[in-house]
Amino acid sequence: MTTQSVLDKQSIVVLSLLAAVAVLVPVLNGLAVPGSALHLSDHLVPLLGKYICFALLALSVDLIWGYCGILSLGHGAFFALGGYAMGMYLMRQIGPRGVYAHPVLPDFMVFLNWKDLPWFWYGFDVFPFAMLMVLLVPGILAFIFGWLAFRSRVTGVYLSIITQAMTYALMLAFFRNNMGFGGNNGLTDFKDILGFPLQSASTRRVLFVLSVAALGAGYLLCRWLVGSKFGKVLVAVRDAESRTRFLGYRVEHYKLAVFTISAMLAGVAGALYVPQVGIINPSEFAPANSIELVIWVAVGGRGTLAGAILGALVVNAGKTWFTGALPEFWLFALGGLFIFVTLFTPRGILGAGQGLWERAKQMLGSKPSRSSFSGGGVVP
Amino acid sequence: MPSLRIVLQVFVLLIGMTASTKAGPYEEALPKFAADSYADTETALSAIANSGHARALTVVEALRDGRLLLGAGQVYLKEVSGTLIDVATGQAANPTGNLKPIRVNNRVRRATEAALGSLTLLSADPATRLNAARAVFRSRDVAALSALERAIAQESDVHVRDALEGARAAIILSKPDALISDKKAAIEILEARGDQQALALLTTLPSDAPPELVKAAGDAAEGIQTRLAFWNALQNVWYGISLGSVLLLAAIGLAITFGTMGVINMAHGEMVMIGAYTTFVVQETIRGYAPGLFDASLFIALPLAFLAAGTVGIMIERGVIRFLYGRPLETLLATWGLSLILQQGVRTIFGPTNREVGTPAWMSGALEVSGLSLTYNRIAIVIFAFSVFAVLLLVMRYTSLGLYVRAVTQNRRMAASMGIRTNRIDALAFGLGSGVAGIAGVALSQIDNVSPNLGQGYIIDSFMVVVFGGVGNLWGTLVGAMTLGAANKMLEPYAGAVLGKIVILIAIILFIQRRPRGLFALKGRAVEA
Repeated sequence: MTTQSVLDKQSIVVLSLLAAVAVLVPVLNGLAVPGSALHLSDHLVPLLGKYICFALLALSVDLIWGYCGILSLGHGAFFALGGYAMGMYLMRQIGPRGVYAHPVLPDFMVFLNWKDLPWFWYGFDVFPFAMLMVLLVPGILAFIFGWLAFRSRVTGVYLSIITQAMTYALMLAFFRNNMGFGGNNGLTDFKDILGFPLQSASTRRVLFVLSVAALGAGYLLCRWLVGSKFGKVLVAVRDAESRTRFLGYRVEHYKLAVFTISAMLAGVAGALYVPQVGIINPSEFAPANSIELVIWVAVGGRGTLAGAILGALVVNAGKTWFTGALPEFWLFALGGLFIFVTLFTPRGILGAGQGLWERAKQMLGSKPSRSSFSGGGVVP
Repeated sequence: MPSLRIVLQVFVLLIGMTASTKAGPYEEALPKFAADSYADTETALSAIANSGHARALTVVEALRDGRLLLGAGQVYLKEVSGTLIDVATGQAANPTGNLKPIRVNNRVRRATEAALGSLTLLSADPATRLNAARAVFRSRDVAALSALERAIAQESDVHVRDALEGARAAIILSKPDALISDKKAAIEILEARGDQQALALLTTLPSDAPPELVKAAGDAAEGIQTRLAFWNALQNVWYGISLGSVLLLAAIGLAITFGTMGVINMAHGEMVMIGAYTTFVVQETIRGYAPGLFDASLFIALPLAFLAAGTVGIMIERGVIRFLYGRPLETLLATWGLSLILQQGVRTIFGPTNREVGTPAWMSGALEVSGLSLTYNRIAIVIFAFSVFAVLLLVMRYTSLGLYVRAVTQNRRMAASMGIRTNRIDALAFGLGSGVAGIAGVALSQIDNVSPNLGQGYIIDSFMVVVFGGVGNLWGTLVGAMTLGAANKMLEPYAGAVLGKIVILIAIILFIQRRPRGLFALKGRAVEA
């Protein structure tokens, strides 16, 4: 496959939809008259931005699960680490405006009676450094973890379980006050980013557009990866790992590379998520979150990339609606979704839609020819 | 020894009766109070304290609290309830005229305290004597020394005697004018006592003490520390075993389902929860209809919990999991969905808050073995966990179901070719694993909060145990549970509970790199995937 395949029909649809959203949401929020039917209220912009970040996170999971068969139940950890890196930058930006008005230390450190900034907080007041950490911290953790796991051929459910153990251990660690990350309150009370106030509607619009842009870029990156020769080997690993190894490919190198890239994508998603929701705390590491995000991918259709985006948006919109309208039933609905999707639509919404489309096309295509009236044209 | 106690009581009663019938030192001392002078009060006090009269203690207490009243030359005692008593006769009295409390100064007050200490040291109730000895040990009041020695001379209870000896040694050690040889003997007694308090006493010797005494005390303190460290380690081992048993209970059902079918049942924790809620329902029913059976409630709950969780397990297997064989990751997701539904279901039915599950009388309290304190509910859980393990081992080894399950575990297709109905075995094995989780829930309801989140707390730990121990091998689960439990409790004193747990998790992650199939991996020839 050549680079031409990156811009196939699916990509064009996805990218143009994203572009439309990136234009429409800020315009409807900023230019339409408040109160009119077209106006998008201010609180919806960060909400939609949150969905977009989740979509990027789902994309990163689809890359490893859909194309390489690695089911990570700890991807929320990489998301949260990216979020913490961004949160640390935003924390340092508060400066002396905190409740205790300490010139350097964030509020929670003053509260814990700390005298100096811990060494791992150095440099986070510099935006480019913080952004580098957003990529590097999840990337390095994923590299070390993956190097250990893939080298000794930990696969399947075993890998899932130890990724879960990883995020659980991180959650316990970040809940500790003396870790230096704000304990169970996490990092919050952010004021501004690069000098722009986070509460203002225009900053939020920009953050939204940036999130959509990141999602588009992430999508293109994944599409390019899975379309390349590298991607073909990944699929081979997914479908027959031992056979691929016997053919002479260093399976663990491929897995390690894709796992690390995926973790960095998740980190970026987390970094974009934090300024829009205004808080990052250890509950983002909860194993349940990581499992839930796998179902977004499954709902949309695993191994399709576009499906991951769709699934994240649909499930999270559903969650927002359910927890508002029928909070009692959200877990029933989510649980039911897990079962329904795995049992009945293993290819997700996108797969099911494609199946219907093919069938419809065949029915439509066979109608004009009289010979198909015998019914033989319908694919089971 | 109830008979001995009765004899003692009768004896004490006889003494009291003889004392009250004829005029003894008690009766003679009473009029001295009437003068209401400090010196007379003190004489009267010591006479009463040494009289051995049955009411002596109440009188001294009343004097301390200002409840000993004087009116027209007669002494009355106002009880805490407010009724007045004639001190001489012990009968209720209704005096006319003004009553005023007998005055006390600091000197009398000190004498009262000392008298109280010796009076309670000589009390007829061993528990009171023990408490008095402990109080004297803490106060190290030299004034109590003579009373102590008298108490030691007539003490019959070994425990109380030890406590009294300890108190005497503590006083002698801190008494400036005691002989060095006596102090050395005191140090030996304290060393034999060997607890934290004795240690504190030995390490805080006055700075001007003679060097040989300091050395003896230092050696004794070292000996105590060694012994305390030993008991502490033993206590930690016990905590480790106890946590290990909890982990074993939670994980053993998982070992069966994961072992036979390779099915990761994320709803396993909810089976435990179902067991715990079954216990709750059983106890509520018993409270409502047959309160006398409460002590047996756990035994009634056990089979019911097994049935309830097992039935749910079989329904899950037949309804969901059997469509997903060969797709372990999808099974994981579907069972996670089931766990969410079960949690929310329980939350809807029983409410989101913790439900109260009572502890039968025979399970409360603790067994004290010298330096150890073993609570009965933990002991019960340890015994129960090992019994469940043993029964399961026997089932797997000697029943036809166990044989079939093992055959399917080792080679599904071969087992099918031999005529084993693998579908049915799957369902039964899944039911068995879930049922065992249910009875684990009965046990865990005794030590954990019974809430819809009960299962969530155990699921990761159980997976760690099974993965660490190795799949398809019950012994592996036992070793895994005990190792993790012990390691957790060993790390806790140094690293704290949370950090210890993190260290364990990281250790397991690293361990899996070395042995991806756990400690006791099943050996087979099949190349995976």
